Amino acid sequence: MTSLFEELQPAAAAEVQTTRVDIKINGEYKAAQIEPRLLLAHLIRNGFRLTGTHTGCDTTNCGACTVLMDGAPVKSCTVFAVQANGHEVTTVEGLATASELHPIQEGFKDEHGLQCGFCTPGMMLSAKALLDENLNPTEDEVRWALSGNLCRCTGYQNIVKAVLWAAAKMRGDVPADEAATADDSPGGEA
Amino acid sequence: MFPSRFRYEAPTSIEEAIALLGANEDAKVLAGGQSLIPMMKLRFANPALLVDINNIPDMGYHRADADGSFRIGALCRHADLEKSTILREHQPLLAAAAPLVADPIVRTRGTFVGSVCHADPQGDWAACMVALGGSVIAQGPNGKRAVEVKDFVSGPFTTVLARDEIAIEGVVPKAQGTRTGGYLKLERRVGDFATAAVAVSLDMSGGVVKNAGIGLVGVGSQTINASEAAAALIGSSLDDEAVDRAAELAAEASNPRGDHRGSADYKRHIVSTFVTRIIANVQRSEMQVA
Repeated sequence: MTSLFEELQPAAAAEVQTTRVDIKINGEYKAAQIEPRLLLAHLIRNGFRLTGTHTGCDTTNCGACTVLMDGAPVKSCTVFAVQANGHEVTTVEGLATASELHPIQEGFKDEHGLQCGFCTPGMMLSAKALLDENLNPTEDEVRWALSGNLCRCTGYQNIVKAVLWAAAKMRGDVPADEAATADDSPGGEA
Repeated sequence: MFPSRFRYEAPTSIEEAIALLGANEDAKVLAGGQSLIPMMKLRFANPALLVDINNIPDMGYHRADADGSFRIGALCRHADLEKSTILREHQPLLAAAAPLVADPIVRTRGTFVGSVCHADPQGDWAACMVALGGSVIAQGPNGKRAVEVKDFVSGPFTTVLARDEIAIEGVVPKAQGTRTGGYLKLERRVGDFATAAVAVSLDMSGGVVKNAGIGLVGVGSQTINASEAAAALIGSSLDDEAVDRAAELAAEASNPRGDHRGSADYKRHIVSTFVTRIIANVQRSEMQVA
């Protein structure tokens, strides 16, 4: 039986192939000596200690572990860390700056786009991939882009509103809810 | 979950990759990995060596060639096809299926050729290729060979690919006239296995069907080539009688099992409904063009 510890400390096991990987993660260059079977999600969380990336189902279904690899969303539980060698990875920690939330994060806050928050990092990175390509998405396009990310709390309504809010903000429009603050009841629509 | 230990190689040429496969009994090619990695994590697959082909250059293409064929390289991702205008222009069936493969995140990694090679009875692309009469180009130490997808898939999760061969390309043959068709898939939610899905390809000339193909997904132990149903369309002008007959034969060709997604009868009913609906959609869009 192997353990994640053993996976992350390959030197502990004799005669195991290890590979050096160099990954630019959230703008910072990091290196690690790893076993090829280490999953990217595990390197990010347990190796690099960036625990904003969540592992939900661990079976390529839920999208909680979504990160951007060279700008495209991938399920980090379904990519070997060694495959990210020489590539650029963005996790949820890479969205905000030291002083300011990313508009997508602001949107999730403003529109109550999360309840338990477990799916949120994945949702936000899928949303970022969408908005990087299309700053003016329709509601349908938002739903389509997020269809690989499961949320068991919200019923998705407020997540979709959050992404539309962020799109408006990033376009420089005043987000609809800023203009009319009257309707502020959480979970008003289902 | 994580897989059993394996050795990892990432060659930068096809020849190198083929040599690695030839020299190792228990090797597996890693392309998009969106089926292979989950299977390895569940330990359904425990290859001793993974040959990662992602570092081999110039395999991510898809293009319409001057000879009328359409070619898709081994590293062309589902998302590349989903966004492709050239695919929409030349291959309406593939364009209809592209957004329905798995979910958007899986589509950024998973590959067209890898999906055909995985030979899951639930695979969308193998059924499309069967309907289109498409082939896979397999390259081994002694060169390349083309295998029609209907013969390439030999059973559930099984193909005729030799141990030291790599599927380097999918090829869709030239249309006999104007190519049209469509893909419909019933799934309970995005990314779930299909209850049933149907691929219909039609090559039309002067209002008459010159060539047709129908592939069925999720209604048998492997991808089903409903060739008799397709034959009922060839030579017709897609009149009600021919379409009804094709729908009926497609349902007969399916061999579904009842499960939590529906009874066998229900799935057969979906197959016939989808055949009728795809053809009706094709006729409706032709009328809008005319």
